[in-house]
Amino acid sequence: MIKVVFFASLREELGAGELSLECSAIKNVQNVIDKLKQTRGSQYGESLSGSNILVAVNQEMVNLGAVVNDEDEVAFFPPVTGG
Amino acid sequence: MVKVRISVQKEIFHSGSEFSFLQEPGVGGVSVFVGIVRDVNEEDSVSGLYLEHYPGMTEKQIEAIIEEAGSRWNIKAATVIHRVGQLYPGDEIVFVGTASAHRGDAFDACEFIIDYLKTRATFWKKETTGEGDRWLTTRESDIRAAEGWKVR
Repeated sequence: MIKVVFFASLREELGAGELSLECSAIKNVQNVIDKLKQTRGSQYGESLSGSNILVAVNQEMVNLGAVVNDEDEVAFFPPVTGG
Repeated sequence: MVKVRISVQKEIFHSGSEFSFLQEPGVGGVSVFVGIVRDVNEEDSVSGLYLEHYPGMTEKQIEAIIEEAGSRWNIKAATVIHRVGQLYPGDEIVFVGTASAHRGDAFDACEFIIDYLKTRATFWKKETTGEGDRWLTTRESDIRAAEGWKVR
């Protein structure tokens, strides 16, 4: 299973903070987005395809082509606003 | 080797108590930045500020930011404390302290760390205003400030 987490405005928009995905047919981040869209609705496709959405795999910033393996943690979030 | 203290916490911190950690042998100066929740943002009055972070990743990012500061300036100790959860105007939100033999390194490293914290660490702010709640977006001026450190 792959653990998927969402933060901040994205978490509120999707109404989900954390979920699990079957890892079959998932090779990279783009596959995760496609699978979420397919299994949970078009809202996921729209929200996660925003040009400003950032992605991390196992808490390291990556791009959409980054490899995703079973047991990985994939995070999606908007630009950061700390400090 | 930089002595480092990092804390992401809900509890208030006491700036005065943080100095002892930064007073290392050989230190000739400590530079401190403390961020405070403003009561006004973009002309709307703000009554609350909620902060969220990515536990684990955020701390690692702060560690990397301090490590980079340590590679660029001669600092002997650094502290970053960042609060999360529900805060209110006037609350102290972030503490950055850097210690070095001479003031220049401490000043620069402190400014670098807060600039990078604002643009590279996974924190998100949502403010409560008379117009309702809104998630903040990254400020252009913050991005420019962080970009500026690349060319210096």
